[in-house]
Amino acid sequence: MTASHSLMQVSAELKAATARLEAGPLGSECLVKVGGDWRLSEPVPSWNSVVGKRTAASVRVVAEDLGKWDTSLVLFLAHGRAWCLESKNSFHAEALPGDLQALLLRVSTMVAPKPMAKSAVKSNWALLETVEKKWASQAMEIVTFVGECALGFIGVARKPRRFRWMDCLVQMQQCWASSLPIVSLVSFLVGVILAFQAAVQLQQFGAAVYVADLVGLAVVREMGPIMAAMIVAGGTGAGFAAQLGNMKVDEEIDALETLGISSVDFLALPRLLAVAIMMPILAFYANALGILGGMFVSTTMLDIPAGAYWIETQNRVGLSDVTGGLFKSLFFGMAIGLAGCLRGMKCDRSAAGVGTATSSAVVTGILLIILADALFALIFNVLGI
Amino acid sequence: MTNSTPASVIEVKNLSCGYGETVVLQDVSFVVHPQELLFVIGGSGCGKSTLLRCLIGLLKPLRGDIAYFGKSFTTADAAQRREILKTFGVLYQNNALWSSMTLAENISLPLEEHTSLSREDRKEIIALKLKDVGLSGSEELYPSELSGGMQKRAALARALALDPAIVFFDEPSEGLDPITLREMDLLILHVRETFGTTMVIVSHQLSSIFRLADRVIVLDREARGIIAEGSPAELAANSTNPRVRDFLNQVGDSPKRTNQPFADKENHFSK
Ligand SMILES: Nc1ncnc2c1ncn2[C@@H]1O[C@H](COP(=O)(O)OP(=O)(O)O)[C@@H](O)[C@H]1O
Ligand SMILES: [Mg+2]
Repeated sequence: MTASHSLMQVSAELKAATARLEAGPLGSECLVKVGGDWRLSEPVPSWNSVVGKRTAASVRVVAEDLGKWDTSLVLFLAHGRAWCLESKNSFHAEALPGDLQALLLRVSTMVAPKPMAKSAVKSNWALLETVEKKWASQAMEIVTFVGECALGFIGVARKPRRFRWMDCLVQMQQCWASSLPIVSLVSFLVGVILAFQAAVQLQQFGAAVYVADLVGLAVVREMGPIMAAMIVAGGTGAGFAAQLGNMKVDEEIDALETLGISSVDFLALPRLLAVAIMMPILAFYANALGILGGMFVSTTMLDIPAGAYWIETQNRVGLSDVTGGLFKSLFFGMAIGLAGCLRGMKCDRSAAGVGTATSSAVVTGILLIILADALFALIFNVLGI
Repeated sequence: MTNSTPASVIEVKNLSCGYGETVVLQDVSFVVHPQELLFVIGGSGCGKSTLLRCLIGLLKPLRGDIAYFGKSFTTADAAQRREILKTFGVLYQNNALWSSMTLAENISLPLEEHTSLSREDRKEIIALKLKDVGLSGSEELYPSELSGGMQKRAALARALALDPAIVFFDEPSEGLDPITLREMDLLILHVRETFGTTMVIVSHQLSSIFRLADRVIVLDREARGIIAEGSPAELAANSTNPRVRDFLNQVGDSPKRTNQPFADKENHFSK
């Protein structure tokens, strides 16, 4: 295929790129003629397809009917030069346009990128190892942060006037307002679901009234505090991470630190206290609605009057059950606040950083809640509560 | 100012800084004299912000020492550190105004933290600082309600709240129109003349460099350090580094068009 031949085939505007090989007169020199329009977006010949398995002492490249060209031609020539270098031939391109030569020279002066130390695909063991390391460092981070917050609270106890009470109040208000509707709905439904499950079993023994015991205990000891905590972790905890993450990205946290203001004292403590105070209140509210849900099922489906249901609940559910649940939720609140603030303050300074911080705050929060709950189950069991 | 001021406000000795394993700057040493306006310039990614973060204590140096007024900042204990931090004003690249607070609260916080001024006095100072930067009466606005240029000026007002002895600027000209830029420069000069402030400015703005700079430090990414130092006129005329000369000499004229884009390179090669 010759340059003029391909010229006729393609539209007048765009000539196809050509590279032709001619054996030189002496047989030892190869002549490569490049022509046509060389465009990265169009198919272009590759050096190997042109030269093939031929060997030559030297290669000379010349332009023939060369139209518009871009980096694709430079790449082609660079490949040619590399080929010559490898087979110890000399490569001559003096006959090419000056700017093309200059560009080719720049390719030669560029340092080849170093190969990555490790390939992106890791073995399962290596992957596990990195996961393990990540977990270890994250656990360390959490412990450190707990320490910082504890020191901060000691400082607050010494100088309560320096605490950002207004911020704390605002956060409490926001936590309450954003969680209340969902906590109401979810807790009521949890009560309904528990009552349904219990009723099916207990009715077989004619012991339907004990639904009240079961729902009451399950809700007050576990489901109320846990469900409320999950909802707050997803709303308020994620909110903390997003707020603080944004402040980190915008250098607002740096601005605090260079003023000598501790970002833990200024940002984390008010939020921590706010959610730690709100959590038992919300848990108490969740308890009440859960019992209401159980009562609703009992009165409508089991024909147990509300009064009887309430008396049965009162008989079975003691003060220690309620206070135990609320005591736990205090710690759930702190766990949520810790996870949210920690993730926010350790946020990456990138566009994706805040998103990652937010979702990771929710995951960490829920994880800490469940861990704390398991720990409390153990402790309460030992103490016989 | 008394005569007993030390010869240097900032003294950086063999400073290396970076992130984890990567060293961005290595063995950097320089001094900043009282009331000096020092510009730090260099290509993007060469470590200007990193240097600034080290100077204001946000990044721990890997090695070396930074001293303010003859007292080491790197080895200072918490109380000494706080004393030094009190003398800083910082204008961040992203302004970093606290978004949940009004401008008045933004300027008030440094005053609350480091002074025992009464509420009335603070109010007075806030009004004064806002007036200085041309934002009179914007006390109750939130940062999000301001334009970029106004935010920059508000951030400057906050940086100047404590009448700091040293002000650090990270790219103050970014996102400013030429008129606001000029006003900003004049404001910087005014502050320096009034309070004898020492200033360290990271910037690419040539007009500002020639208008303001007493001395320029040029950082380089490959050298991981300072490749040139001197007054702007001096560097423009006879820096040993051609790229520094070129950069400083391009005032007013754009780079010349040539038909051969890389004509300065050698055009001949074989093999
Ligand atoms: N948080 C960070 N972690 C790791 N590397 C960073 C970080 N911030 C900046 N760098 C790297 O340090 C170098 C200098 O960055 P920087 O000081 O921001 O440059 P500039 O001079 O443009 O302000 C860059 O190569 C950048 O990739
Ligand atoms: Mg920068």
